[in-house]
Amino acid sequence: MALEASLDIHPSVAAAPWRSPTAESPAVKWTLIGVALAFLGFFLVLPLVAVFVEAFRSGVGVYFEALVEPDAVAAIRLTLLVAAIAVPCNLVFGLAAAWAIAKFEFKGKNLLITLIDLPFSVSPVISGLVYVLLFGSQGFLGPWLARHGIEIVFAVPGIVLATIFVTFPFVARELIPLMQEQGSGDEEAAISLGASGWKTFWLVTLPNVRWALLYGVLLCNARAMGEYGAVSVVSGHIRGLTNTMPLHVEILYNEYSFSAAFAVASLLALLALVTLSIKSFLEWRHADGLKAVRGH
Amino acid sequence: MPAAVLPRLKQQSVVPGFGPALGFTLFYLSIVVLIPLGALALRAAGLGWSDFWQLATDPRTLAALRLSFLASLGAASINVVFGLLLAWVLVRYDFPGRRLVDAVIDLPFALPTAVAGIALTSLYAPNGWVGQVLTPLGFKVAYTPLGVIVALTFVSLPFVVRTVQPVLQDLDRDVEEAAATLGATRRHTFLRVVLPALLPALLTGYALALARAVGEYGSVIFIAGNIPYVSEIAPLLIVIRLEEFNYAAATAVAALMLGVSFTMLLIINLIQAWSRRRFGHGA
Repeated sequence: MALEASLDIHPSVAAAPWRSPTAESPAVKWTLIGVALAFLGFFLVLPLVAVFVEAFRSGVGVYFEALVEPDAVAAIRLTLLVAAIAVPCNLVFGLAAAWAIAKFEFKGKNLLITLIDLPFSVSPVISGLVYVLLFGSQGFLGPWLARHGIEIVFAVPGIVLATIFVTFPFVARELIPLMQEQGSGDEEAAISLGASGWKTFWLVTLPNVRWALLYGVLLCNARAMGEYGAVSVVSGHIRGLTNTMPLHVEILYNEYSFSAAFAVASLLALLALVTLSIKSFLEWRHADGLKAVRGH
Repeated sequence: MPAAVLPRLKQQSVVPGFGPALGFTLFYLSIVVLIPLGALALRAAGLGWSDFWQLATDPRTLAALRLSFLASLGAASINVVFGLLLAWVLVRYDFPGRRLVDAVIDLPFALPTAVAGIALTSLYAPNGWVGQVLTPLGFKVAYTPLGVIVALTFVSLPFVVRTVQPVLQDLDRDVEEAAATLGATRRHTFLRVVLPALLPALLTGYALALARAVGEYGSVIFIAGNIPYVSEIAPLLIVIRLEEFNYAAATAVAALMLGVSFTMLLIINLIQAWSRRRFGHGA
């Protein structure tokens, strides 16, 4: 007290609230927050709200009618089928790639990591096109496939392949950095104690990476169910047969059945919201198990 | 034979399974990615140089490529500014709902592009919520190149935020304190101390956003109106050529775009290598 009095602080200085020299004034701070939130609200939240408003514009009856109509049901079923094949394929691949890359030192590793990420830098349309060039009637293998009566392009196998292509890196890229960080000490200990390779994998490695694995599968699944560009190129758009949910949305929209289009779209938006919720939950509760995930 | 080759290829390890794991990885990678991309490269090479050049310099192709790149540059530029702002606000400030805002940023990654496309179109169409306000002011967004920029801004929004955020988080506050102690104003500190440290992350985010935007298809085709020479993007032109069974033209445009994508991938890797040398961390 005595010290304060003896310092004789000028009243105007004493009255000003203390501010850290590395912080902005409240006015600047709240302006920045305001502008950031306005941008986000306008560009992200508004379109999301629009999906649900448009879906219910013609009433709840029309909404549910659009979802139980046979073509919509077929599209939902196909989307689930495609994801049910594509996601496990990429899951097994991700585990194998991460095991090889994280647990061993070998030449060409960096090139391999770059190649695994490659599908992310390819336009979805090109992801579909490559399969048409390979398996289509004018493609390299087209005549041979036609002679044997095998349909890939403009049929379900093509849709599955294109989906696998666009979702190829998701699981691998979550697992590789984490498993590299964890090293192979745990596995070496298990094996030196007499565990078999499989046992080590199931009881040591898998529990160590389970949250990152779930995270990768979650993102992989969201993309697999929502992919439009690649699938649209190889699908052939046959209603009830090769139409996935995003393609069904497009067809309804182009026929001016807006409410039905947005009704099906709202299911996909709901999937996106569930994906984001689980993703945030994992980042919040299991940050340690995802450690290397941040910042991709 | 493997016993003779593998020890030189890889270092010894007691952990088993290298052979099967790498074998399966390479097999699957080849089947799904490398052989199909190789088929495209082979097709493009099979066109011959003069045919390829003719297809690549077709005025409609050039117009589509120009629109794709200019609109992507515009969208990536918008997202560099607002991405930096969002990353700054999320890392430095605490406010109610911050965790929710952080989660919402990834919406463009999770929302299927076709859904984003029809939602944006319904908003920006002349009778939509936003279109109603903008049209009387003389701004036509839907069915014009402006609409392309809006859609690309949406899909490439998370990239800059997500590359800058972790770098900003790890940035040492000491250097800012030192700058303040030495008499620098807050603005000065930001421009001369913080911004240079964030530069590699900003560049990486910019390149990632650009790469994503150039190839984007689903969200754009609904809002663009797709008028040849005006609002037709390059990926759409590939689809149109394919529907005309003009595989040669589709291949030429695709090969051009792929070449550009891989160049950008290389640039991103170079930025990150440079950043690791200069700042000791990847962007």
